[in-house]
Amino acid sequence: MAAGWFGRRSKAKAMESVPEGIATKCGGCGEIVFAKDLDRNMQVCLKCGHHHRLSARARLAITVDEESFVEFDLDLAPGDPLTFPDYLAKQSAAEARSGLRDAMVTGVATIDGLPVSIGVADFAFMGGSMGSVVGEKVARAMERGVEKRLPVVIFSASGGARMQEGLVALMQMAKTSAAVARLQAAGLPFISVLTDPTTGGVFASYASLGDLILSEPGAIVGFAGRRVGNQDLGTHLPANFQTSEFQLEHGMVDRIVPRKDMRPTLAYLLSFLSPEETHGR
Amino acid sequence: MAVSAFEFEKPIAELEELLGALRAPEKRAEAEAQGIDLDEAIATLEGQLRQAMRQVYGHLTPWEKTLMARHKDRPYSLDMIRLIFDDYMEISGDRLCANDEAIVAGFAHLAGMPLAVTGQQKGRDLKERQRRNFGSARAEGFRKALRVAQLAARFGKPVVSFVDTAGAAADLRAEQHGVSEAIARNLAAFSVLPVPTVAVVIGEGGSGGAIALGVADRVLMLEHAIYSVIAPEGCAAILWHDKAKAAEAADALRLTAQSALDLGLIDEVVCEPLGGAHRDPAAAAAAVREALERHLAEISAMDRQELLDRRYRRLRSFGVFGAVAPGGDASAEGE
Ligand SMILES: [Zn+2]
Repeated sequence: MAAGWFGRRSKAKAMESVPEGIATKCGGCGEIVFAKDLDRNMQVCLKCGHHHRLSARARLAITVDEESFVEFDLDLAPGDPLTFPDYLAKQSAAEARSGLRDAMVTGVATIDGLPVSIGVADFAFMGGSMGSVVGEKVARAMERGVEKRLPVVIFSASGGARMQEGLVALMQMAKTSAAVARLQAAGLPFISVLTDPTTGGVFASYASLGDLILSEPGAIVGFAGRRVGNQDLGTHLPANFQTSEFQLEHGMVDRIVPRKDMRPTLAYLLSFLSPEETHGR
Repeated sequence: MAVSAFEFEKPIAELEELLGALRAPEKRAEAEAQGIDLDEAIATLEGQLRQAMRQVYGHLTPWEKTLMARHKDRPYSLDMIRLIFDDYMEISGDRLCANDEAIVAGFAHLAGMPLAVTGQQKGRDLKERQRRNFGSARAEGFRKALRVAQLAARFGKPVVSFVDTAGAAADLRAEQHGVSEAIARNLAAFSVLPVPTVAVVIGEGGSGGAIALGVADRVLMLEHAIYSVIAPEGCAAILWHDKAKAAEAADALRLTAQSALDLGLIDEVVCEPLGGAHRDPAAAAAAVREALERHLAEISAMDRQELLDRRYRRLRSFGVFGAVAPGGDASAEGE
């Protein structure tokens, strides 16, 4: 349930051999690909189609209309409710790495002219884990939807609840889910987009409550970390266990949407879920 | 396993062994022959034992509480149900595909008041443990609990949940059947369930599997129960790559009932009989029953809409934030 953000270390190591900023080793095909090519292609590998992780800012840039994004709740910063070992140092390191105060950016924007209350997680801040700030921003994004009569779109990328905030982090699952319930009771839609990875306490709370749930291809999506699953189950797991494709197969995801199609797909769905007539939008 | 078998219970176990020996019938004759007042010796030892128990159980570390919460003789949900309620009629199945026995659900009466009850159920013996997946529910169990709760709500009956699980199941079938969706659905649905609700963490409150039954108007914890985002062993493995450092992790996670109360995340810590609920399940159940009756009376008297507003405000209040950076970027919020 809680985030351990496994796997980052090995990836970072693999990248060390390549001059930073010029080329990188693709996590999908293992080929060395030029950063310029990735930049031109929304960080999707031209050789194998692997979807590399995006920062929250980069995600917003390819998702919402230019200059339409207005950020809210910028002043929310993490506390340290348990005085957990090294948590404050981890926060500082994560802030330096991501340029963010915590793992979620929220605001209002338009997508193809349609206004939305939007939130985007950033895996670079402590594995996108959900503590008080992420939970609060998601809850406020839902409440903003109710107040302003806006549909809500959240892009998740998270290892789960943030261990360093203990039970306070676990409670964010209930808080965010309750806020989704209020949004939906108010007659407004929530579109949840699962990106790599969406696991643990985030997948087991608001992210699974979308009226529609989209996911990027090949994303790790599941309850426990894949590693935990492997330990528990031996080798009898399907090859696609805990991926977006597995979740689609089992009815938990509506569509797998390649990155280049995400924006038009969201625009299509938002216009469909709008209560007003949308002829000739 | 003896009643006092943990390392921290050693002084107690020694006194108990001594007392047991002195109480043996042949000892009485022996003592009389030597002119020793056996009754006085026993009374003195009993006093020492009570003293030692108060000392030990009043100062358990978070890890020691974890061991108590997981004690194999600890009263489980069905024990609590049997001891607290006038009656109990179990209801089965999620109406989709299965009856997950890791969660029990049904109807009961508390001092004549009809209500619905749910809870994770660990097993006593190996066979029952396997049947109940050690109290680790899959989607089917959470959906059964919700079905019974929503049925009760349709007829205005309160819902009581007992939380006692190491966590939800994380195996292939759990994943295939949408355990995450089921947990999320319960969190959302219990937040708007239009009847009074109380959750009691009676043993292990393990992560998402626990909170899936833990959204309520009032949340109580037994004195030696724990509630945590992750098991201390898992936390230790992540932090120090060493599962053996679980005790340190338990400290860091502040997973005790007392900490949860200090953090404002629960409403009350229910005292256990001296030495833990497993030493006197009936006394533990009586304490829970008293608290349940009191809280249910309070919240049942509230206006329905006020109840739901309070429940939402309570959930919304959870979160601890850092200071705003001086001269920092103020929110663009114009609301
Ligand atoms: Zn590639």
